[in-house]
Amino acid sequence: MNEPTKTNGPLVNVDGVEKVFRRGSEDIHVLRDLHLKVPAGEFLALMGPSGSGKSTLLNLIGGLDRPTRGSVSIGGERLDGLSDRLLAGWRARHIGFVFQLYNLMPTLNAERNVELPLLLTHLTKAERRKHVAAALEMVGLSHRAKHFPRTMSGGEQQRVGIARGIVTDPTLLLCDEPTGDLDRKAGDGILDLLQALNREHGKTIIMVTHDPHASARALRTVHLDKGQLSAEAVA
Amino acid sequence: MAGLFKWFLQVASVTKFGLLSIPQRRGSALASVIGIAGVVAVLVSVLSMATGFRQTMSGTIPPDAVIVLRNGADSEMVSGLSRPETRLIADAPGLVRGSDGPLASAELFVIVDLPKRSTGTDVNVPMRGVERAAFQVRDKLKMVEGRAFEFGKNEVIVGTAAASQFAGMQVGGKIKVGREQWPIVGVFSANGAAAESEVWTDATMLQGAFNRGDSFQAVYGKLATPGAFNQFKDSLTTNPQLDVKVERQADFNESQSAAMTKMIDTLGILIAGLMAVGAVFGALNTMYNAVSARTREIATLRALGFGRGSVVVSVMIESLALALIGGLIGAALAYLFFNGHRTSTMNFQSFSQVSFAFAVTPALLVKGITWAAIIGVVGGIFPAVRAARLPIASALREL
Ligand SMILES: Nc1ncnc2c1ncn2[C@@H]1O[C@H](COP(=O)(O)OP(=O)(O)O)[C@@H](O)[C@H]1O
Ligand SMILES: [Mg+2]
Repeated sequence: MNEPTKTNGPLVNVDGVEKVFRRGSEDIHVLRDLHLKVPAGEFLALMGPSGSGKSTLLNLIGGLDRPTRGSVSIGGERLDGLSDRLLAGWRARHIGFVFQLYNLMPTLNAERNVELPLLLTHLTKAERRKHVAAALEMVGLSHRAKHFPRTMSGGEQQRVGIARGIVTDPTLLLCDEPTGDLDRKAGDGILDLLQALNREHGKTIIMVTHDPHASARALRTVHLDKGQLSAEAVA
Repeated sequence: MAGLFKWFLQVASVTKFGLLSIPQRRGSALASVIGIAGVVAVLVSVLSMATGFRQTMSGTIPPDAVIVLRNGADSEMVSGLSRPETRLIADAPGLVRGSDGPLASAELFVIVDLPKRSTGTDVNVPMRGVERAAFQVRDKLKMVEGRAFEFGKNEVIVGTAAASQFAGMQVGGKIKVGREQWPIVGVFSANGAAAESEVWTDATMLQGAFNRGDSFQAVYGKLATPGAFNQFKDSLTTNPQLDVKVERQADFNESQSAAMTKMIDTLGILIAGLMAVGAVFGALNTMYNAVSARTREIATLRALGFGRGSVVVSVMIESLALALIGGLIGAALAYLFFNGHRTSTMNFQSFSQVSFAFAVTPALLVKGITWAAIIGVVGGIFPAVRAARLPIASALREL
């Protein structure tokens, strides 16, 4: 349902990005001259110690924040050319987010949560219902459609979060520590799901994690340290 | 078209989350609702006092009722007319002519002291001496108990409001007039007009009791048609034998009550205004709380692609909704507790008690709810802007 992205060149192109936060009078250089290319169909794990800037990088790729220097292009489109308003619309069309703490609306049941991003599309109510059902089916939660987040386990809530992330069939699925708050068993379930989405449905996924067990499921892993990436293999 | 519809859908859903999450913040939401309810209740009830007073003084007076006073007199108290003058006035063209002559009543207005029922202390009660035509001039006047007084006798009748406000005012009772006790022979109503607060008797008897010779203070007349006013007025004001002013009774009463209603209105707006300032801070506080309680929720929605506008509008709607609930509660309280509540007050123009009922009119309810809406908008705007400006990335980091 999205416009086709350019086949030549990488889907994600992070080019010479620098990110500086100001804290008081002090400048914190989180990312320095960072380059990253991610082709379509990739399942990339982004690793690194806590505070190394993984979330910051993911937010820049997802258009939630803007780099201090350098540029981010997705599908050939430079995000720095978009106004805040256009960027919001761009996110709705191209990005699916999965958060560590799920970030579901506590007052909405599972299917209403999944439906949220579809409210930003032109789909009719009936079409929205169809897409929601398909997404819940894909994450194996059709039977929990009417349940509220507080009645679900963490693993189930994260499945709802993933269903919400994929329901618009986005160009890119960005997951920030999706298993970070789950026990091993539930975490494995989520990783199985992400892997299946990548393998069987061709989803391009970038997953932030500091868990080697999680990164092992990815096709490729990059490490972030001292503001720069290194592509060393995971032990 | 489709874009606009989509936008409304966005706003509606973001608003819905806000409203649905109110129960989790009910303490602060309730405080703001109560604050606004208080403002509206005070505003509406105080203003309903002025409205009721105004209605009693002038709202019930028909357009064909006129009053003639000595020129320069701005109340009956300070006016004076001799009997020959009152005859000239009665004979002027423009008044209805009945079988007993023109419908004009020369009247005398005095103050007597009577104990108030509620407090037992003496207050000034207006007493009016009238001529026969008075009962046709005020054609809404009805005896509701007993009978009318007889002319030539020391008898009085009392208005319904006077009967209920002052002690001992029932048929068979007596009131002290000068050195004598005059029997009360009847109770009358006057369509809610200020006359209901008065005691009536024969003008001639009252002149005697108060040593007024043969003088009066005002002539009350009934015009043949409301349009005959100018003819009547011109003939009196151009008559070299008279030095009088002519007014429609409704206008005269309006001016008699203006000082009072203006004072009550000003007081009401002042008190409610001060409270409103407090309520604005309450609403601000509530909505800042709401925004900070929902920081992660708002940031999540923004991450999913919801626009700034929908966040602003949703916070505004939430603030407005709370304010309107408060406004409705306040207006309802004012209506339930004060509409029709009778009280009496000193009318400064006549230095006598006027009894009236608080009137919580639809216009006042609308005014109260408008105030609530304004408080809601002012209290919502700054938090709404803060919510819209939340940097998404750092807001998402908050737990
Ligand atoms: N909005 C912000 N303002 C100031 N400092 C920030 C902000 N976001 C992140 N940081 C700082 O940037 C560094 C990297 O943060 P983050 O990207 O969240 O790391 P990670 O996800 O790898 O744990 C940290 O030192 C953090 O304190
Ligand atoms: Mg992080």
